[in-house]
Parts: sequence; C-alpha cells; structure tokens
Amino acid sequence: MSEPAPSHLSPNQRAWRRFKQNRPAVGSAWFLILLLLAISAWPVALHLSGPAFARDHNPDQLSDAQFVPPGAQHWLGTDVHGRDLFSRILFGAQISLLVGVVGTVVSLVIGVLWGAVAGYVGGRTDSFLMRIVDVLYSLPSIIFVIVLLTTLGDLLKQLPLVQNSPGLAGSLRVMLLFVGLGAISWLTMARIVRGQVLSLRTRSFVEASRTLGAGAPRILFRHIIPNIFGIVITYLALTMPAIILYESFLSYLGLGVQPPMASWGTLMAEGVSEINPIRIYWWLILFPGAVLVMTLLALNFLGDGLRDAWDIKN
Amino acid sequence: MYFLKRLLFAVPLLVVISALAFALVHLAPGGPFDRERTPASPEIERNLKAKYHLDEPVWKQYFRYLGDLAHGDFGVSLKYRNHSVNDIIAQGLPVSMLLGGLAFCLATAIGLPAGFITAARRGRWEDYAGSLLALLAVCVPSFVIAPVLILIFAIKSNLLPVALWGSPWHMILPPVALGLYFAGKISRILREGMLQAAQSEFVTAARAKGLGENALLLRHAFRIALLPVVSYSGPMLADLLTGSFIVENIFQIPGIGVFLVNSVTNRDYTMLLGLSLLYAVLLIGLNLLVDLAYTWLDPRVKYE
Repeated sequence: MSEPAPSHLSPNQRAWRRFKQNRPAVGSAWFLILLLLAISAWPVALHLSGPAFARDHNPDQLSDAQFVPPGAQHWLGTDVHGRDLFSRILFGAQISLLVGVVGTVVSLVIGVLWGAVAGYVGGRTDSFLMRIVDVLYSLPSIIFVIVLLTTLGDLLKQLPLVQNSPGLAGSLRVMLLFVGLGAISWLTMARIVRGQVLSLRTRSFVEASRTLGAGAPRILFRHIIPNIFGIVITYLALTMPAIILYESFLSYLGLGVQPPMASWGTLMAEGVSEINPIRIYWWLILFPGAVLVMTLLALNFLGDGLRDAWDIKN
Repeated sequence: MYFLKRLLFAVPLLVVISALAFALVHLAPGGPFDRERTPASPEIERNLKAKYHLDEPVWKQYFRYLGDLAHGDFGVSLKYRNHSVNDIIAQGLPVSMLLGGLAFCLATAIGLPAGFITAARRGRWEDYAGSLLALLAVCVPSFVIAPVLILIFAIKSNLLPVALWGSPWHMILPPVALGLYFAGKISRILREGMLQAAQSEFVTAARAKGLGENALLLRHAFRIALLPVVSYSGPMLADLLTGSFIVENIFQIPGIGVFLVNSVTNRDYTMLLGLSLLYAVLLIGLNLLVDLAYTWLDPRVKYE
C-alpha cells in the first residue's frame, strides 16, 4: 500500500499520483504512444522518401522478392507475395487499433447507457433490461457477429453509393466489423455499470440533488456517470485487448478483414498458413505476433495500473 | 426452494433464447440451400423447402420446431441432410467434452497454483515471472500456440502426433493449446482475489488470533478468493465443453466446435438452433452450480 496522499488533492488527482508511481503501467503508456507515433509517421515517411524506398516498402506492392529474411532492405523480411512485412505490420496496426478503439467506444456507449438506466430507474425496467442481457449472454457471440456482418453487409451492398465504388465498400465492411465487435462486448460493461449505479443512487449527494429538483437525466450525467468514470476507464483498457484478440480470431476464420487489407490477426494467420516441415518463415509469425502480444500486454498493464490507482474492487 | 425456482425459470429463458436465435438466423440473408455444390433447379429447391417446411411463415416454423423440441427432437441438419442434429451432437459432443474437460483440468492445475504463488510472493521475482507468464498465456491467440506446439513437439522432435484424436498421445497438445489461455485467466483472477482477501477484516482477525501466514493464506484468503474463479469457471466451462472451432480445426478433431461456426455460415438453421440451445442449457446449468458452490465456499452467501 502506498503512503497516505496529501488531503488537499481530489480523488482523481490522488489516483493520478498513484498511477505515475506504477512503472509497468507508465512504461506501457509510453509504448502505446510511441506505437501510435510510428503508425502515423510511417506513411508520411514513405511519402517523403525517394520513390525506390517508397515502392520497396509499399505494403501492397507485390514483388518477386518472396520470403526474404529480415535484413537491411526489408527490416522484418517479406511475405509470400514479396510485400514488406515491417510496412504491413504498421499499416495493419491501423486496422487492429481502430477495431479496438471503435469497438470499445461502441461497447462503452451502449453498456454505460444500458447499465445506468437499468440501475437508476430500477424496478421493472431494471429487471427487463437485465433479463435481455442474460438472454444475450446465453447465446454464442459468434452467431451475432456473423449474422450482423452478413445482414448489414447485404444491406450496404444494395446502396447505389457503395455499388459505384468498391474501395468504399471495403472500408464500410471494416466499419461494420468494428461496430459488430462493439455490439457484442457491451454486456459485461452494462452489468458493472448497473451495479455501481445501484449503490450510488441512494448516496446523499444524489438525494440532495434530487431534493433540489434535478431531473433524472441531469442526475445521471452530472452526478452518477462522472462517479463511475474510474471503473469505466479501467474496464475499457481491459476490453480493448479482448476486442483486438477477437478480431484476430475472426480474421483467422476469414470473417474479419478481407485481403489485401491486413490486420495483425490476418498477418499472423498468413504466417501460420506458411508453416511447413521443410522451411519455417519464422519472421512471418514472430513479428506480427510480438507486436500484437506487446500491445495487448501494454493495454493490460495499463488497465491494471488504472484499476490499482483508482482502487477499484470487482 | 431458491434453486427450484431458478430451475423453473430456466424453461421460459430457454424458449426466449431459442426464439431469438431463430429470429436471428432467419434475419440473415440467404438460405441453407444456397451453397450446394451444383445449384438446384427452382423446382427442386421449392420441393426441398416444402420438405423441410421452409415455405411456411416463420412463426409457424418456430412453433413446429418447439413442438419437435418438446419430444427431444432437434430435427434434421439442413446441410448434412442424412443426419439428424441429435446424431451429430451425440457423435461430436463426447469428443468436444473430453477435449474441453481435459483443457479445464489443465487450466485449473496450472492456474490455481500459479495464482496462489504469485499472490503469496507478491512483489518478488516469483510474482513478476508468474504474472508475466499468465499475461502471455492470455495474450497469445490459440491459433498461434497450436501450430507452434505442433512444430516443436510433432514435426521437429516427433514426440507426439501432429493431429487427429484417439489414443492418449493425441490428447496432449490440443488441451494444452486450448487450456493455456484459461490457465492464465484463472491465475490472474485468483491472484487478484487473494490480494483483496488479504486486506479484508476476517483475515486481519485471524492474523490477530495468531494464525501463521501460510495457514492464513490457505484456509482463509484462498477459500474466499476462489469465489471469483468459480464464477468465471461457469461460463468458461460452457465454452470449453461445446468445443473450440480453432483447436478442433487445426488438430482435425471430430468435435462439435467446428459445426457451430459452419452452421452459421451455411445457414443450417436446425443445427445452429440445436447447438445454441445446447450451449444455453450448459451455461444456465453451470451458472446454477456456480451459485451452489458460492453457498458452500462463503457461508455469508444466502439465497432468498
């Protein structure tokens, strides 16, 4: 346990102080920041560099340089189509991280609203909303993902806008994947938030606000939701790796990102498919796997650090 | 009484779940006969639909399904039309359950001691090493672990068979590939629970009475810290017992995990409903067991 913090600090400031003392968590935060920088700087670097370098490192540029081991020209080697792995990992990171962020935000919005309303309104509304969560929990989530992706995907295909531009169709498909993954990940969030709200709504500061004539939306958004921020942020940091991992599973099943687009999941799946007894292209598995695992580790450390800092108990 | 009520409540819950699953698969575009090797002529397709009552309104199909279900009949698979869903489950489920059961045993056999040691040695090298390994187990996807295991133990060193299911030698790598994730998860949850329990009043009280640290951890903290592990184990076991698509696919194991994913892509309505209901029954039953275990582990827990 840390030493008692100065009392003039707000709970959030104290939590922030505790967080800064947690070395793995702070290191993870820096790792994630650097990764984001690398992801955004790399396309710019390709743009500014000479045409030869840009062509060599274009993630979609096919070439005869199949399965080149890591070296000076291709830092992390090349894949079956001679594409530069380093570049593909950085471009794949955009998709993997976007999946994590968008999916997490979707699950955040649905989960917090659902749980807050159920917990605050209580009574029949509460049992009705939470029974829905129970039912959804009891269905294998893969069913939702596939049905959602195919149903909405079909609807999208019929839009004239999409029919005219195949590029747009691809990115819309990815957006769909993001939303779909978020749509199956909000259940636990709703349960956690409901529990918190249940215990907060009888606290005196909420009662006081109600006595002063505040309506339910104001109490929810001004008093209750800010108070569950800590636990929500913490849970978010743990949801994101779960969603990134789920996307990699879907991609492995061929249901996620479609080629030539790549995510870390598809890169690893490609690497795994090249395993054979005669020759092992180890870099195709090791590097995407290492980046994925390091990012997941960092997110987990970050989540643990946030939880310890806010002293959240399950 | 409470548990009897829960059991009775499970029946309407299952009806709602089946209705939702039914509605979902019928919402998805396409039908079960779209993916035949040779596209059927319109007449044949019409006959097929009539034979399986797919030409009726959806609500009528649903009630027909419920009626059959009441007799324990899951219907005929629309993809593998020579087999009933009952047959496929009867053949695949024991395999999946054995695989999942072994993975579960492995997960608890590794996860519980690992969680205990990392909590008991908090802040020392055992804790750091154990926690990092647990986190790694949680972060490396099974579709990476499985091929790497095959490469090391089957291809390079020839110790174990590459794939398939049958002899005990076949039953080593797949449970490991499947169970490592859960071992890491259990270890993390147990460590968390023990650290929390170590700060609770009853542990302080027991310490004040002069109980040694080891007895304290084992008899008091461990027992209470098992609660979150147990409540995680319910859904986990339901997942494990109904099979894993990825592990069954990589090792070519004839379980039912493969059928679940394929039934959605094939729009094999009956198969998908049967497997979903199987999963739901397992999940509800196991969650009931979890709550029963709670009353045994924590005497303070009482159900009204």
